[in-house]
Amino acid sequence: MRSSAKAGKPRSTRHGPRAPWPLRLAAWAGLLFLHVPIALVALYAFSTEESAFGFPPPGLTLRWFGEALGRSDIWSAVALSGKVALMATISAVVLGTLAALALSHRTFRGKDLIAMGFILPIALPGIITGIALHAAFRLGEITPGFWTIALGHTTFCIVVAYNNVVARLRRLPPSLVEAAMDLGADHFAAFRTVVLPQLGTALLAGAILAFGLSFDEIIVTTFTAGHERTLPIWLLNQLGRPRDVPITNVVAILVMAASTLPILAAWWLTRSSHDIGGSGK
Amino acid sequence: MTTEDAQPAHQRGAAPRGALRRISTVLFRRRLLALWLLLTPPMLWLGVVYLGSLLAMLWQSAYSFDDFSMVVTPELTLANYRALFHGVNLDIIVRTVAMAAAVTVGSALIGFPVAYYIARYTRGAVKGVLYASVMLPMWASYIVKAYAWTVILAQGGVVYWVVNLLGLREVLDGVLALPVVGGSSLSTSNLGRFLVFTYVWLPFMILPIYAAIERVPESLLQASADLGARPWQTFRTVILPLTFPGVVAGSIFTFSLTLGDYIIPQLVGPPGYFIGTMVNTQQGSVGNLPMAAAFTVVPIVIIGGYLALARRLGAFDAL
Repeated sequence: MRSSAKAGKPRSTRHGPRAPWPLRLAAWAGLLFLHVPIALVALYAFSTEESAFGFPPPGLTLRWFGEALGRSDIWSAVALSGKVALMATISAVVLGTLAALALSHRTFRGKDLIAMGFILPIALPGIITGIALHAAFRLGEITPGFWTIALGHTTFCIVVAYNNVVARLRRLPPSLVEAAMDLGADHFAAFRTVVLPQLGTALLAGAILAFGLSFDEIIVTTFTAGHERTLPIWLLNQLGRPRDVPITNVVAILVMAASTLPILAAWWLTRSSHDIGGSGK
Repeated sequence: MTTEDAQPAHQRGAAPRGALRRISTVLFRRRLLALWLLLTPPMLWLGVVYLGSLLAMLWQSAYSFDDFSMVVTPELTLANYRALFHGVNLDIIVRTVAMAAAVTVGSALIGFPVAYYIARYTRGAVKGVLYASVMLPMWASYIVKAYAWTVILAQGGVVYWVVNLLGLREVLDGVLALPVVGGSSLSTSNLGRFLVFTYVWLPFMILPIYAAIERVPESLLQASADLGARPWQTFRTVILPLTFPGVVAGSIFTFSLTLGDYIIPQLVGPPGYFIGTMVNTQQGSVGNLPMAAAFTVVPIVIIGGYLALARRLGAFDAL
């Protein structure tokens, strides 16, 4: 089975040994399990049925897309989610990049502790961050609204930006900066002309991921939003309302698209290193 | 403290031009200052916003709540923590931890073959596509994924349609009649809730396992085969021990995420609170923020213990 003679290296062959059939079956069943629900939500957005989830759908239509586009409550939820995500992304990228620049290529006492601190907001369940922020706002008598949501989102978005930049810096030898400085560049010039161009796609990927994460977040949001409604909160409130099922279905696939397409973009930007993902939400 | 003085000193008397140049020189001479300038903004954020909030929460978890007037007063008490060990609240904790454990085992069983297949038996473009096909569902909107399952499990929905098509209705009814697992319908049973949780967190299990399997060098497997081990023996004695830290790493996510979730228990499964839904209710409709905060300490303690255990099992090297 192993046809490694041509390339010389066994790993570079196009066809490896064939997997035993039980493994293949289990693997494809697992992959199918991951994708069928998403495919079904997409299908239901086109269903002509108005209030139930009968399968198969009696017919297909584009009508609900038009109706969803005409709903002002959806648009204001989209606008709020977009604004929050933008704000959270900008602050998270700035803070995460600063942290990454400080911690990479340096060793000092307490470095691991600091690095762990940045990961904490996503390592602990969102409900802890949510209730903690809520308690702090209560104590400080801050009225929940746009700024409190953005604040909460920034907290867990920092790690995404941080991870992407750290991964890129790890592959950037410090000698490059030293060479620039030997040639007469100061810190700022070296950063601008050597480090920043190298970081470009990592920053963009981190920003895209942070935006996607924030746009889609619901757990922390419910505790920091007060009476404001982001798109995920709109969707959650919608689940108890059978009257609006078709509209809900349409918004569901739009949110699905908004949360997955950016990930493909980020993955494409960092495809040489595969450094995104894996770190969890 | 300054560990970077090993670098070449190259300030060859270049006359400082302009303010930026002068600042740069100062930063170069004082490495620690540069470090602090970079670290201060993110550390302030982490320290004030995040850790400060956690402390505010812990502080308020000791506030008193009057059940009759429904008013929170800043008198410190341990009553909230004592209440955690009362029958009903203990039930909530046990119910949540049991579900988190079941979901963790379930995702490991479903996830391992997927990760193993992608890591060992695919190459090049196929591997890239399959990897992306695990990553995409992970990042796809959480609330939409949860919603998808309320649609799938609904009466007359796709699961019932498939089951009827295959003539397995009696089997499904039999399963639903089982004590703990079952319920009056799929969407109000623990089985349904388990399926949704497993679905939502499965990619968080697959990716760390995948990374762990990828790191096992091919030469080890060849050595094992050369020494006469059959494929199953190689798997059990070489691959499984080496990739187990990956499973543990994945289990941190599935366990901790299930423990803190409060949306899925609202949407699918039998009545009865989870830790998350209890926190939400206490904070929201009851207005007992101190009790909600005390309840939040439970997952913190459990996850802290779990992380300590995971560290001993070597999971952090697999992340």
